[in-house]
Amino acid sequence: MRLLEICFREAAMQIQLNGEPSHFDGEPTLAQLVDSLGLSGRRIAIEVNEEIVPRSLHAKTRLQDGDSVEIVHAIGGG
Amino acid sequence: MTQSIQDAPLIVAGRRFASRLLVGTGKYRDFEETAAAIEASAADVVTFAVRRTNLGQNPDEPNLLDAISPSRYTLLPNTAGCYTAKDAVRTCKLARELLDGHNLVKLEVLGDDKTLYPNVVETLAAAETLVNDGFDVMVYTSDDPIVAKELERRGCCAVMPLGSLIGSGNGLLNPATLALILEHAEVPVLVDAGIGTASDAALAMEMGCDGVLMNSAIAHARHPVMMAHAMRKAVEAGREAFLAERMPRRQSASPSSPFAGRING
Repeated sequence: MRLLEICFREAAMQIQLNGEPSHFDGEPTLAQLVDSLGLSGRRIAIEVNEEIVPRSLHAKTRLQDGDSVEIVHAIGGG
Repeated sequence: MTQSIQDAPLIVAGRRFASRLLVGTGKYRDFEETAAAIEASAADVVTFAVRRTNLGQNPDEPNLLDAISPSRYTLLPNTAGCYTAKDAVRTCKLARELLDGHNLVKLEVLGDDKTLYPNVVETLAAAETLVNDGFDVMVYTSDDPIVAKELERRGCCAVMPLGSLIGSGNGLLNPATLALILEHAEVPVLVDAGIGTASDAALAMEMGCDGVLMNSAIAHARHPVMMAHAMRKAVEAGREAFLAERMPRRQSASPSSPFAGRING
């Protein structure tokens, strides 16, 4: 059981998502990540490792272990 | 007979705006109040901030861009909260993606969180990078005529000096330096920050500013929608007074009623 857990941990990957560590099985695309967060169709913008990933590329962009992802939206401000 | 006043629209980076009042969307009670105040202000340009999306919370929570439609208003994303040129540039790129390529931004790079005073070194660096990347940059800055000119030289499409500290409501603390900026500017000059009440906005416009940007003065008034309407009229009145060219100041009195024909003459 413990061995399985270790194997599982090795198979999972970790990213930084809006500054917090987040774990995933496999390597989801950005579109899958957005969907899993319930944010599909929302007005958001995404940066991976400090580079913008245009909306048109979300389905093609696969996250990798260690990636740093920022998901932002508009809020009130002056 | 009335004389019609021919005013040109405010033109920033080739975009034409009927209103010279620009408003923010922060500090309101809710989006309903935000939308009502902006409606009453008759502003065309509306600022907003870019922040991390709250993850794992209610995905159906209302979004600012549903209340303030990008099809109705010209949205002006700001870089509030950025203390370095790098963060400001990243924020502008995120905003451009958020708004499907819309490239008009309000650049502000702050020096510290107590004064929110602009860090002009970082602001100048960010302005240069952003202009080279194709952004139209309206820039918040100190009321320094030399810095204003340097920002203009770097291609900023509007220079926006503070009247006083952000959110302070202290009005125009240094009209003399603002006048110097206005005298030499070749791009629109808008007072951004410090407006407290209608007379502050009117004064900025009477001095010849091209516009005024405010948030707290409306949102933190006891009655924001009424204050938004007051600001609309103040900006219009100040603009018309500027165009009408005020009477000269004089040291002595000058009677408005003629001396001739007095019954005691």
